[in-house]
Amino acid sequence: MNTPPLLAVDGLGKAFDGLVANRDISFLIHHAEIVGLIGPNGAGKTTLFNCLAGFHTPTTGRIAFEGHDITGSTPEAAAALGIARTFQIVRIFHSMTALENVMVGAMLRNKRVADARHRAEQELAFVGLSHRAETPASSLTVSEQKRLEVARALATDPKLILLDEVMAGLNQTEVREASQLVVRIHQRGIASIIVEHVMEGIMPIAHRMLVLDYGAKIADGTPAEIAENPAVIAAYLGE
Amino acid sequence: MSNRTVLDPRKALGAVALLAFALLLPLGITDPSRLNFFILILMGAQLGVAWNIVGGYAGQVSLGHAVFYGIGAYTSTMLALSLGLSPWIGMLAGGLLAVVFSLAMGWPCFRLKGHYFAMATIAVAEIVQILVTNSEFLEGAVGLSLPLDRSGLAAMVFLSKLPYYYIILGLLVVTVLVAWAIERSHIGYYFRAIKDEPEAARALGVSLTRYKLIALSVSAFLTAVGGSFYAQKEMFIDPGSVFAGAMSIKIALVAILGGVGTLMGPVLGAVILITIEEYSRTLFGSTGSGTDMIIYAMMIILVAVFSPAGVMGLLQDLRRHLPGAGKTSETR
Repeated sequence: MNTPPLLAVDGLGKAFDGLVANRDISFLIHHAEIVGLIGPNGAGKTTLFNCLAGFHTPTTGRIAFEGHDITGSTPEAAAALGIARTFQIVRIFHSMTALENVMVGAMLRNKRVADARHRAEQELAFVGLSHRAETPASSLTVSEQKRLEVARALATDPKLILLDEVMAGLNQTEVREASQLVVRIHQRGIASIIVEHVMEGIMPIAHRMLVLDYGAKIADGTPAEIAENPAVIAAYLGE
Repeated sequence: MSNRTVLDPRKALGAVALLAFALLLPLGITDPSRLNFFILILMGAQLGVAWNIVGGYAGQVSLGHAVFYGIGAYTSTMLALSLGLSPWIGMLAGGLLAVVFSLAMGWPCFRLKGHYFAMATIAVAEIVQILVTNSEFLEGAVGLSLPLDRSGLAAMVFLSKLPYYYIILGLLVVTVLVAWAIERSHIGYYFRAIKDEPEAARALGVSLTRYKLIALSVSAFLTAVGGSFYAQKEMFIDPGSVFAGAMSIKIALVAILGGVGTLMGPVLGAVILITIEEYSRTLFGSTGSGTDMIIYAMMIILVAVFSPAGVMGLLQDLRRHLPGAGKTSETR
């Protein structure tokens, strides 16, 4: 058994006109793993997501997905390979119904509209939005829109899903539901990287945590290890 | 709307009724100028529906569609004049040339977003108009005339207006069917996704360049076909008529006025726009040259301020504000 890891990031760096957002970040993601990505505001979490999903071309370093180099690939190529994402600020298709939003995702693997509809119905049920299928997506609550983005991403049949603050702004019950959703995604064999500020949402379910500060990785370990890591405590509380 | 894969029987019935009405309409008209008025409506509708594919569904507003219109008109006319080719073939050739041109134009222009794309299309259309005006090969500003000696179906030249009516009606039906097929396929969903949230569409594997080029090239083909028809109907074309900036505005306005991104919106827009245009012309006569431009401008302002979704959007709002209106009539 010598299968490559699902995702291998090696020495990744990203600078915008001299402003360094990511520097020398390396880590591995394994199949079906739940990985939390945390760090103070401006630590470079979203930039890292954008590099992984093909929205940014890294300035330095390499990204390999299932052993294939995907550094600097386009978002559509990344999606085709099996990297799906949600957005920190939701980007739903507001002229469509909830179901139609998810259908667009399903069309990546199957262009037949009827098949895409069938797949979309399944994913809406998976995130608990079946009853909202025919509702205009713009009429959904923010919490529902976030779940809709997850359903849409799942409909692309990903191997890795990048979740950008899906728990932000949710109440306690909703956070628990969101955590359970992530666990169920894991049970489907899909790995996830979750950018999150809501610690009680991510710490209990993550297999591993990555911590960024000032664009660099400062810790990589189990949630328990991270919670006691002096560098992480310093980054969060300040010295 | 809730289930797009199944035909809505009421909509299908409405379409059949509308088509039957359009087919029978000329039977009650003896005045050729009156028939010409309806031909103009159908021409405007055909162009509006074609524009709507890229400007409405895909949300890429082109203000240079006259360039495709002109390519269609000039290609079929030149082929008829130089090779004696039937305009039916010339029409297809013009459409294909417009597709090639649209791909060459779209490749760089689609790197621009929103208003910048619209501005680029204006620039391209203006450049082509200037080039054609100064081209000796295309007779420059003098324009091209089709000879009247060959008439009949093969030459698409008729002494009566009636055949033109049915030809443009056929072209409109084909154009609507193309738009309808796109709307129902994955391509239509992708177009709307690109219009709503391009970045999210990319994250779901949609290639923006590819689908924008599909939208533009299909639209260009159908617009060029409309241009060839115009040439056959008028028997005379010049850069000032088919490549004009005002033509580009008119094509876009038909769709915007009626309702972008809806199947029949542009048809409705054409009925309204051409009617106003004709009546303003008879009202003001030749002293009112330019009044049509004033009216276009007024309409753009009115649509932008009061109903960005066009008349179609206005009607949908009306239906929503009268809840149960359909139900009560059923129970009675």
